[in-house]
Formats: sequence, structure tokens, C-alpha cells
Amino acid sequence: MVMAASETKFHVLAVDDTLIDRKLIEKLLKTSSYQVTAVDSGTKALEFLGLNNNDHQDVEVNLIITDYCMPGMTGYDLLRKIKESSSFKDIPVVIMSSDNIPSRINRCLEDGAEEFFLKPVQLSDVNKLRPHLMKRRTQTNVNKRKAMDEIVSPDRTRARYNELEVN
Amino acid sequence: MDRNRLHNQVASMRRSLFDQGYLDDQFIQLEELQDDTNPNFVQEVVTLFYNDSARLIQNIEQALNSSPIDFCKLDDYMHQFKGSSSSIGAKKVTNECTAFREYCNAENAEGCIRSFQQVKQEYAILKRKLEVYLQTVRQASQTA
Repeated sequence: MVMAASETKFHVLAVDDTLIDRKLIEKLLKTSSYQVTAVDSGTKALEFLGLNNNDHQDVEVNLIITDYCMPGMTGYDLLRKIKESSSFKDIPVVIMSSDNIPSRINRCLEDGAEEFFLKPVQLSDVNKLRPHLMKRRTQTNVNKRKAMDEIVSPDRTRARYNELEVN
Repeated sequence: MDRNRLHNQVASMRRSLFDQGYLDDQFIQLEELQDDTNPNFVQEVVTLFYNDSARLIQNIEQALNSSPIDFCKLDDYMHQFKGSSSSIGAKKVTNECTAFREYCNAENAEGCIRSFQQVKQEYAILKRKLEVYLQTVRQASQTA
């Protein structure tokens, strides 16, 4: 895959079974300049990622933010599935919940969630996502550079930092 | 002159909604998310809340009228109701939902029934106030 000259927006996959919360999280993310795909179940999230197609990543998703309490597959179940997959385990996962249950929070964080947000989620929470995304992008870029033996141009780096400053 | 009067009305209604504890900071978050790309965001979210609430109230009524009462199902419905009310910043409604869930956990049917009356009452009051408030906001924004 060829790297674009300028970095595109981060793509966040939001998972929540409630329409109101989906609308809210989508707006919060878009306001923070993320590209958003919102789905209403863990199963749909996995389908979107392409997990069912021999673990091949169909689309690029930079972060997954999911509700905990969902019928069928909970946010925790989804977290485990992502972390157990060789293709997707490096995608940062954030969990949201309206219930403040310390044992739940700890379990999610111990099993690989980057953050745990209490609902209702606010802009100040969404602002905490960027470091996790920037860290991954830098890592990915370093890996790609090593793999492709490419030299990063100063212009490309400047473009990335400009994106940061805007927000 | 009309415009100023309307704007003052909006400001005083809004202040009273917060002062009297009907709304909390989460409602402000909704207002802050409203922008040119989503000029009706607050109304849209509030409408979703009304729709959700109507459905959940009906489900809870049915669940309370069934025998024996399925407290698990009741708690599930109320969990959803509490979730959506807290998502729009409906403080009093959210608090009543919390109280209900305590009766539910204790499997106290009478307590649930009583508490549910409170939930419905607070919801009806909030809905009325919000409808008037948002209508006044619309009028104020349309007045040149």
C-alpha cells in the first residue's frame, strides 16, 4: 500500500446499540475532525472490519469506540475478539459505559482497552483519543518505513504536525 | 423590540430549567455540538429521547402489569431509559430512574409501581417544559 503525501483523517468505528448515543458519539467525533462509521452491534462492527473474511482488513480503522452493554455481543466481547485477531489487535479500543463498576472498568483495561469512558461521553473525553491515535500512526509509519525503505520527506512530517495544531 | 423580548424569554427559560434542576451540563454539551452543519441537533436528539421514552414507558407499564413481574426485564428497560435521559441531561428524570432501579434490585413490586409514577411525572413535566423552551428558541431565531 502506498502512503499518501498528506495524512488523511483518522477513521473511528463507533459501536452502540442505542440510537441517541450513536448520534451523540458520531457528532462528538465529527466535531473533533474524525471520520466516523457508526454501527449498532459488535457483530456489525466485526463485519465492517472484515473479520469474517479470513481476517483480511477491508477498511482502515484507526480506533474503535464501543458501548459496553449491548445485547448479544457486549463491548467486552468485542474487545476480546479484536485483541485475539492477528490483523486487528493493534487497533486501539475504547469502552463506554453508563455504569460505574470498578471491576468492569479494570477488567476492560487489563484486557487491552486503552480508555474507559463513563457515559454520557463528552468532548473532553473524545480529546483523550488523539494521543492513542497519534502513537499508532507514528508506529505504523515507522514500520512501513522500515518495510519499504522509504524516506520520510520533511513536508509530510510538517503536514502531520499542522493537523495536530488545528485541533 | 419583539426580538429582544423573545431572546430574554429564551434566556430566562433556559436559566430556570438549569436552576430548578430539570437539566444538567449534558444539555449544554448538546447545545455546544449544534453548529452550521447540524443546526437542529438539539431538537433532533430531544425528539429521539421522546420517541425512546414513549416506547420504554409502554414496555415498563406492560412489564409491571404482568404476573409474575420480570424484574430483570424491568431493570433492563429502566437501564435504557436512564441511559437516554442522562444522554440529554434530563437530571430529574435520570434520578427517578435510579430510584426505580433500586426498588427493582430489591424486587419490591409496590416500590417499583410507586417509583414509576414519579418517573412518568418527571418525564411529562420535562417534556412540556422542553417543548415550550425549544419552540421559543425557534421563534427567537426566526425573528429578524
